[in-house]
Amino acid sequence: MLAISNLQRRFGGLLAVNDITLGIGAGELVSVIGPNGAGKTTLFNLVSGIDRPDAGRVVFEGADITGMAAQRLAEIGLARTFQHGRVFANLSVMDNVLIGGHVRLRAARPRVPGLGALAELLLAVIRPSAVRGEEAALRDEVRDIVAMFGDRLLPRLDHPAHSLSYANRRRVEIARALALRPKLLLLDEPTAGMNETETTEIQEIVASLKARGQTILLIEHKLGMVMRLSDRVLVMDGGRAIAEGKPQEVRNNPAVIEAYLGHQSTGQEAA
Amino acid sequence: MGTFIDYTVNGLVVGNIYALLAVGLALIFGVANLINFAHGSLYTVGAYIGWVCITQLHTPFWVTVPAVLIGSGGLGVAIERLALRPLHGTSRIAPLLATIGLSLVLDQVVQLVFTPNPRALPSPLPDWRFQVGGGSIGTLDLLILGVGIGSAALLFVFLRFTKLGWAVRATAQDIDAAKQMGVDTDRVNSTVFAIASALGGLSGMMVGMYYNSIDPGMSFDATLKGVVAQIIGGMGNVPGAIAGSLLLGLIESYGIALFGTSYRNLFAFVLLIGILILRPNGLFSAAKETPPEPMTGSFVARGKPIRIPMPGMVGIVAVAALLPLVAGDYVLQTGTNALLYGLLALSLTLVAGTVGMVSLGHAGLLAIGAYASSLLAIELHIPVIAAIGLAGLVTAVLGTALVFPAFRMRGHYVSIATLAIGQIVALVILNWNSLTRGPIGISGIPPLTIAGVPLYDAPQTYWFVLAVVTGLALLQARILSSHLGRTWRALRDDDVAARSHGVDVDRYKALAFAFGGFGAGIGGAVTAHLYSYINHETFNAQISVLALTIAILGGLGNISGALLGSALLVGLPEVFRGLAEYRMLIYGVVLLLLIRVRPQGLLGTV
Ligand SMILES: Nc1ncnc2c1ncn2[C@@H]1O[C@H](COP(=O)(O)OP(=O)(O)O)[C@@H](O)[C@H]1O
Ligand SMILES: [Mg+2]
Repeated sequence: MLAISNLQRRFGGLLAVNDITLGIGAGELVSVIGPNGAGKTTLFNLVSGIDRPDAGRVVFEGADITGMAAQRLAEIGLARTFQHGRVFANLSVMDNVLIGGHVRLRAARPRVPGLGALAELLLAVIRPSAVRGEEAALRDEVRDIVAMFGDRLLPRLDHPAHSLSYANRRRVEIARALALRPKLLLLDEPTAGMNETETTEIQEIVASLKARGQTILLIEHKLGMVMRLSDRVLVMDGGRAIAEGKPQEVRNNPAVIEAYLGHQSTGQEAA
Repeated sequence: MGTFIDYTVNGLVVGNIYALLAVGLALIFGVANLINFAHGSLYTVGAYIGWVCITQLHTPFWVTVPAVLIGSGGLGVAIERLALRPLHGTSRIAPLLATIGLSLVLDQVVQLVFTPNPRALPSPLPDWRFQVGGGSIGTLDLLILGVGIGSAALLFVFLRFTKLGWAVRATAQDIDAAKQMGVDTDRVNSTVFAIASALGGLSGMMVGMYYNSIDPGMSFDATLKGVVAQIIGGMGNVPGAIAGSLLLGLIESYGIALFGTSYRNLFAFVLLIGILILRPNGLFSAAKETPPEPMTGSFVARGKPIRIPMPGMVGIVAVAALLPLVAGDYVLQTGTNALLYGLLALSLTLVAGTVGMVSLGHAGLLAIGAYASSLLAIELHIPVIAAIGLAGLVTAVLGTALVFPAFRMRGHYVSIATLAIGQIVALVILNWNSLTRGPIGISGIPPLTIAGVPLYDAPQTYWFVLAVVTGLALLQARILSSHLGRTWRALRDDDVAARSHGVDVDRYKALAFAFGGFGAGIGGAVTAHLYSYINHETFNAQISVLALTIAILGGLGNISGALLGSALLVGLPEVFRGLAEYRMLIYGVVLLLLIRVRPQGLLGTV
């Protein structure tokens, strides 16, 4: 489904992503792990159109999407969450997740070439029944998505996102990404800042998504979760891929152990 | 050849004056990440301290210069300490707005103390001129060049070789890291404001001597020129600011030689927009991309908006509609005026509040609408009502196209770009004689007419404007409650996240400007037909600032807030007529208090 080849990104003298090649098949869950600063987030940024690679190619479902704008990637079914959380702070939980469904709106956002924007403005004013129906259906769907998180978010649907706890904001991000009905879901450290119970909850949710056939690319520090969920694992360090394979193979790879021991602080966190 | 040298000397002298301003702006931007819109006011204050010393106290020059430096530097320190430091950790836009408020207050105080009339500021230096290859150079030219070079050298030594200078550089590079290394960033801020303000004040005094004239209105231009020079050189880049200033001075000087004085500022602003689009990090930076804005802190202040229930709204509109039954013509004219400002504030609260592009050139949209409608009615004999509607459309299209280059910009860059675009609109109007009649303006604009009946009396005019405002406010409210409104607010809160979810940022900003431009254009058009005379100064930058104050007072993005804000800020000072003289002072104080006490505005941001 996704084929990354020889991807490279340079920041000044630093090669943040250095010659990374990775393929993901439909329905697979592939994890990217590595110490802080390894280049994982940068890799996500390159794939999701937030940043452009200096070299290399990204192919998604047979189409070359290298350097394509983020909003077009969203249109063709790529959704992501952000490591540090990027919720819409002044929007309610409901509105945040509704934005996730933006690309799927057809009645409210007619694809009229040239005059689409103007039509959108008029439809926002007139709001014919098709538009209202579509919005109502999306709202129902948002409730279903949010219900995956149990009672964490449901009672807070009308609260502004800035009033939520850190963990809840991360949940909103995941819900928002799911509302896009992505073909490929990119999760950047979804459990960062969560305690053990909360981590387990997220792990369950990711597992159930995988069981539904959702293709997922996951960045995660908590190795227990990575080992349990992943079909394959890519290990990065200093921008390079130092190992790739099944969780068990990677775990026992001396280069991986070395990389984690070399970075004491993150090594402990990961253990 | 001789004139070429004269123009070059003039360009370098003016460039040095800009440099003294731009260096201060660059230092402040470096450590505080802030564009100081009060900088020009310190320049004016410096000029007036110089005037008091030279013409009233008759101090010798070696006393005058330190007095100017200490006076304006001290004021700068006070501003930083009292008005800006308390805003640390608030919304990103707060300090910028505070400096706008400060500039309004300082300018008006100067005007109240020294009257608005220009004053002569004679140079105390002997009036020698030296011949240089056919051109000539005077003592004052030499002084300004010397002060420019001397200050640059001193600043270099300070930044390079002193402990405090090192702290300033460390803070500019990374404030968090500097704090961790034990740098007292408050002290750094004070120092930087002291130096910047002292140099700004000195610049003001020397400009006064150079043109032998000072007036309280000189601030605005000074701020703009300093900002342009700084952006040419790269925001926060001190040597770049000097180079940018000299370049700007020379370009202006040669430009005037070739095209004439009325084009002077046009060069500056077109250059500014060009640089912002092509090289947002300035001419001398390698990277093309804008540095990422700090992600901490929300753009607008957070708070729960106060919602007025439907019956309340209907009641307020009904009371407003019944006002002509009890009120006299004067009150109704004031009401009409407040409603017209309300129209502008509705447009601005959409663009600045809902979409997050804090426009400082919104009066430019009024001007486009006003000229479009007037010319359509006069030249093409289109009925006034139709001309007003068409003017709204023209403004929507033209306004969106003009601001389009700013869509990719963020935070403060947007404010500067829109400010420049507003100025460009006024300058094009001034210079496009064949279409706009240039400086003469347009007179004999036909009055508001509906179905052939002119609306001459105050109640009819009031009702008409009330109906227009109510209609547009309802439209805007309806859009805000739709998915489109949600999308606008999402891209304001986080454009990266919005793009990642398929929101085409350019398209939605364009839609907001189109709708906002339509409303503002209609506002300008109606104003033109009420005034019957307009010129390039009718819709000036003060109106843009007032509109922003209104929108903030009501609560950014808040529709009822915008209307309440204009009733309070435009209506009340008229009712207490004695206050008219202090109007800008009131606006400035309101802005400062709001940012400090209730940053979310009276009715809350939406
Ligand atoms: N926009 C940027 N500019 C400069 N350097 C960056 C930028 N983004 C990331 N880096 C650098 O690239 C390296 C990889 O960062 P990142 O991808 O965030 O690592 P990870 O997600 O694996 O912790 C780090 O050294 C980081 O400092
Ligand atoms: Mg990361």
